[in-house]
Amino acid sequence: MADVLHHQIHAASDHREVDYLSDGRGIRDWLYTVDHKRIGVMYLFFIILSFFVGGMLALAIRLELLYPGRTIMDAETYNRVFTLHGAVMVFLFIIPSIPAALGNFVLPLMLGAKDVAFPKLNLASFYIYCLGATMMIGAIISGGVDTGWTFYTPYSTSTNGAVTLTAMGVFTLGFSSIFTGINFIATIHKLRAPGMGWFEMPLFVWGIYSTSVIQVLATPVIGITMVLLGLERAFGIGIFDPRIGGDPVLFQHFFWFYSHPAVYIMILPGMAIISEVIPTFSHRTIFGYRGIAFSSVAIALVSFIVWGHHMFTSGQSQLINAVFSFLTFLVGIPSGIKVFNWVATMYKGRITLKAPMLFAISFLLLFTIGGLTGLFLGSLSIDIHLHDTYFVVAHFHYVMMGGTVIAFLAGLHYWWPKMFGRMYNERLAAISCALIFVGFNTTFLTQFVLGSRGMPRRYYNYLDQFQQLHMYSTFGSWILGAGFFLMAGYLLASLRGPKNAPMDPWGGTTLEWQTQSPPITHNFHDVPVLKHAPYDYRNIPQGEA
Amino acid sequence: MSVAENIEHGHGHAAELSPFQQHHFATAQQQNEASKIGMWLFLVTEVLLFGGLFVGYGLSHAKFPEAWKSAHHHLQRELGALNTVVLLVSSFTMVMAVQAAKLNRRKQLIGNLWVTIICACIFLVVKYFEYSHKYHEGLLPFKAFYSYQGPQVPGEFHFFSFYFMMTGLHGFHILGGIAVLLWVLKRSYAGDFTSAYYTPVDLIGLYWHLVDLIWIYLFPLLYLIS
Repeated sequence: MADVLHHQIHAASDHREVDYLSDGRGIRDWLYTVDHKRIGVMYLFFIILSFFVGGMLALAIRLELLYPGRTIMDAETYNRVFTLHGAVMVFLFIIPSIPAALGNFVLPLMLGAKDVAFPKLNLASFYIYCLGATMMIGAIISGGVDTGWTFYTPYSTSTNGAVTLTAMGVFTLGFSSIFTGINFIATIHKLRAPGMGWFEMPLFVWGIYSTSVIQVLATPVIGITMVLLGLERAFGIGIFDPRIGGDPVLFQHFFWFYSHPAVYIMILPGMAIISEVIPTFSHRTIFGYRGIAFSSVAIALVSFIVWGHHMFTSGQSQLINAVFSFLTFLVGIPSGIKVFNWVATMYKGRITLKAPMLFAISFLLLFTIGGLTGLFLGSLSIDIHLHDTYFVVAHFHYVMMGGTVIAFLAGLHYWWPKMFGRMYNERLAAISCALIFVGFNTTFLTQFVLGSRGMPRRYYNYLDQFQQLHMYSTFGSWILGAGFFLMAGYLLASLRGPKNAPMDPWGGTTLEWQTQSPPITHNFHDVPVLKHAPYDYRNIPQGEA
Repeated sequence: MSVAENIEHGHGHAAELSPFQQHHFATAQQQNEASKIGMWLFLVTEVLLFGGLFVGYGLSHAKFPEAWKSAHHHLQRELGALNTVVLLVSSFTMVMAVQAAKLNRRKQLIGNLWVTIICACIFLVVKYFEYSHKYHEGLLPFKAFYSYQGPQVPGEFHFFSFYFMMTGLHGFHILGGIAVLLWVLKRSYAGDFTSAYYTPVDLIGLYWHLVDLIWIYLFPLLYLIS
């Protein structure tokens, strides 16, 4: 096996075949493509663009909060800016980020397939994403929304902002998400390479599978909720608006029935990436394969029965609160299983600290903080104090950004050579990772303190006693921003160089590393046959780059 | 099902030569199975989409039981019953169409598709008469449009909001179904479907049964409250 691989690697470095990037360079070749790799790259472009927009809004928010009172914008604008930051980051960036961009590219390769099960549906889902994004941009231009990304009634049924257009944008983006989910589930069921049973699949695939299940089961509910919200605003159904006999808390139930599972749509793919990166750079078989695989599925299932923990202070019954609190603690079990398995994988491994591994280790630290602070918020008595404070903001940024975004960056650096055939500057990547890690903690660790001292979230103005901590947080956001701009610089610079990436730069064992970087249009010359389990590093050299 | 399997095996070579097999599938059977998984998942999302409305219905009904009881008397249950029968017939002919496709009987396939489409159109025509009757009485959905002046219990517009939203969403599904059925019909005339490849007929069949099933729930919930 090793000899064959070596032979292939050398053959590939001597002679590069036409890859998917060079196979048809016209604009039409891209716009009408059904190649999962090209669709993944197009998704990646728009997702990074959304991240840039959301990130600039975040920097504006932090700058405004540098001093109490007006700093750079008025209160009305501030409300719109934080709403847009949340809506863009959640619906346009995090939810599609890992599955639609990296997943689209890597999943069929990992399975040894030529494409996803429904290539045209895949392209359709990309265009639906673009349509939804356009609607949200339209909402920004036509005056913006000031409800927060949660669109809580009764405010959202009475405010003058462009709520209906934004809601329709979310509805549309939901279809994109559903189609991607359906596509991946069918692909995983039916297009695995010969010899690849369910427990020979890479763990990334298990994570994406669990994510897809949530996407299919939860997204239709937010769809119908957004339609109901739009109709309620426009004509008055009498379902959410208390003035005409509706129940605003019902909206919260509908909203969180989707949006809590959506939190796991965001984090499960992140965990999936970490499960690939850690064994590769520890050069050691993953510890507890089945534990990680089943804990993904367990998280997906539990995610549907914990939504009530967003509503402990909404006036729902004490019994329901107690039940939701208990169920929420259950999430800690599969999450803990994963963290311990990753750490156990590193134990006595031969660790190489390449950029993806640096991000993965950052993930372990940050996600653990994010996860554990979630248990504070899941406890009824403590939540009464912390509800709607900066503690909540810090908690979900540790999970969403410290977890998912950092994992996304780990995956981006891990598969960048495979996607574009180029290596990036390793030293700059390490510096960028350090800046992001330090900047992130400076920004959000302070917010735990702010929250526990009673600083409410979403407020435009605040008491003078909070100014110092707000200032540290804002400084942190600048360090964070610098890290991202540096990353954009060296990643874009790498694209100008020649295609120099070897077939398997890191010594990975999964199937995507057994084809050229970047892959040929049909992925593999012959249908790959699985000869050993994933994460069997005994015969794999430790990477060439 | 066993009949179908035998036929598939019997025409193993024909299956590999089907012009509709896409390049990334190893066999036609693999393609058919993947498509079916996709369709079933889509149907799950449809159930959840309607699920939101059913939950809203349940809560609103529990909140205004008297208004709902009084409002539902405005619906003509004979027409609702007629539409139920029409859809059940169309479901039957849909099954027959799938079976005909499996057995390579093109004429039977075309005939059954026609009956299914005609039933779907009858359903919409009946629905049109029901809607226009409500329109003339001012029994319209939502606070903004409801203008009925006759004797009523407060809160009746909630019932009509849900009546129109649920039957309206269902009606859109019937319309979409008709469009796809016409496309399948066109391909049947072209002779695209054989026992080796009839996936589109199979899939629209699954969809059509779900649309019928939703109506089976809507009919008693809306027309037969008391």
